[in-house]
Amino acid sequence: MKPDDAGCRVMVSVTEGARAPATPGGLWTAFKTALHRYESIRGYLLLSPTLLVMLGLMIIPLLGLVVLSFCTQVYFSIDYTPTLKNYLAIFDLANNPIYLVLLFRSIVMSLTTTFFVVITAYPMAYFLAFRVGRGKLVWLILITVPFWTSYLLRVFAWKIILGYQGVINSGLINLGLIKEPLEFLLYNPTAVVITLTHAWAAFAILPIYVSLEKIDKSLLEAATDLGDTPRERFWRVTFPLSLPGLIAATLLVFIPTVGDYVTPSLVGGTSGIMIGNLIQSLFGKANNAPLGAAVSIVMMLAITLIVCVFLGAIGRRRWKHS
Amino acid sequence: MGGKGKYDTLFVYGVLYLIFIYTPVLLIVLFSFNNGLYVAFPLKELTTKWYEEMVANPGLTKALGVSLRIGAFVSVVSTILGVLAAKAVTRYYLPGRAAITFTIMLPLVIPTIVFAIGLLIILAKFLGLQPSTWSIVAGHVLLCVPFSMAVLISRLQGFDKNLEEASLDLGENAWQTFWRVTFPLAMPGIVASFLLCFTTSFDEYLMAAFLSGNDTTLPVYIYSQLRFPQKLPGTLALGSCILVVSFAIVTFAEWMRRRGVNPDQGLGI
Repeated sequence: MKPDDAGCRVMVSVTEGARAPATPGGLWTAFKTALHRYESIRGYLLLSPTLLVMLGLMIIPLLGLVVLSFCTQVYFSIDYTPTLKNYLAIFDLANNPIYLVLLFRSIVMSLTTTFFVVITAYPMAYFLAFRVGRGKLVWLILITVPFWTSYLLRVFAWKIILGYQGVINSGLINLGLIKEPLEFLLYNPTAVVITLTHAWAAFAILPIYVSLEKIDKSLLEAATDLGDTPRERFWRVTFPLSLPGLIAATLLVFIPTVGDYVTPSLVGGTSGIMIGNLIQSLFGKANNAPLGAAVSIVMMLAITLIVCVFLGAIGRRRWKHS
Repeated sequence: MGGKGKYDTLFVYGVLYLIFIYTPVLLIVLFSFNNGLYVAFPLKELTTKWYEEMVANPGLTKALGVSLRIGAFVSVVSTILGVLAAKAVTRYYLPGRAAITFTIMLPLVIPTIVFAIGLLIILAKFLGLQPSTWSIVAGHVLLCVPFSMAVLISRLQGFDKNLEEASLDLGENAWQTFWRVTFPLAMPGIVASFLLCFTTSFDEYLMAAFLSGNDTTLPVYIYSQLRFPQKLPGTLALGSCILVVSFAIVTFAEWMRRRGVNPDQGLGI
């Protein structure tokens, strides 16, 4: 930064106020003094590259998405005259309900998935937090490792398990339990829910585990000393204290799964497609990127609305209790 | 909740849960050695021919190269950005710290498809550019920085802040303190972040599918192969290799970052 830079002078005088020396030569020193004096300036300076990159990569694409959603696709070019046509098309339930139907179905499938993920993850997190002693590191690693490895392959595994000639069908036929392959295993919403439940398991276990782990053990002892049975103690002490983890787990699974695309396209078939498939096809074969942008914005707004209602309901209950 | 013994209902549940998590993945490996076109029981004799077929495939080698380059670049960039952010968030007084952390972590939660099409729109519709490996890099950095930051925050919270202050008091400047105290202590976290970002980028499909130009990455290549039933065993062999390598890398990274950190605090993700 040049010492005689006017912008620099303004910045220093804002941060330093009356203390800034007026001589241009002293400005660099003044900046250094400010940097030395105010820890938060140093902090922000250190943070700025990451924050700028992330904001740039998030906000610019989101703005692009918003702008494009008000445009129109004309064959292979885009008409940039602002219009609400795309949104009207999405909410045109009478003529073309597919968008809202798919959105609704995706949300229901995600909610079902979230329910099963959280229900099955809770005992596992409880086990990790309260029962595992010395082998904790091993257990934690065993739980987290699949979460970092190929989502595509984990989903693909279910395709070969549930397939018409897949592992389950051939296994059952081999054992003589069935004569014909079961057709209801693959290519339906249930297959999508099973696959998603498997793929997102670690996302739920970890936040619940962390909140259980944080619970002060003396509270549990106090509950026992005051005559609570283990069951009462769980519902009156452990469970309420683990709620933040449970809420985090719910959101961490629900929000991303609504927009999932890989799982429904591999195991969903026609009855199991979700809103993500629709968005993808609008950007690909259907060649209507503006409508695709509008659909994804409606999807995000719907997710935000549900999350707000969910958090609001929890907030109100807590307020009533206290 | 169950009895008090070591092998009670809860323990059985834990083991069953692990079996549920691992079985699908292990089936891919099992059937990659099966001498048959279909993934079906009964198993035929063992064979390594799918692996031999895989090695001889030029399309695959090219995709592998693209994925390795993108992964290496993304992991370096994300880890540097993660170190800066984690250090700022854990060591400085920052008004609005929670909001900033929340913002950087957003890509963890928002459906990837939204960012993928957003980046595609900016690139193709507004800038008029062709997707390339650089657009995939941008997308992957967006996904990896939150992981890197979370891993490094828990590492930086895991050791005593006084060590850095002591170094400053003993006359080292901030730069020297970083290289001689913070960096070596944060090293396991940095290595873990590097490896986890690498695997995340290497295994990522959605961003790469939307943002790749002529050079496809390995997951995009695998996805394109899934349509051909006769190529299924070869895909299983490739998948097994990826799974085995990823598991090794991630296990090492997880062990590295969790070792020596008090498990009661700062585990994050």
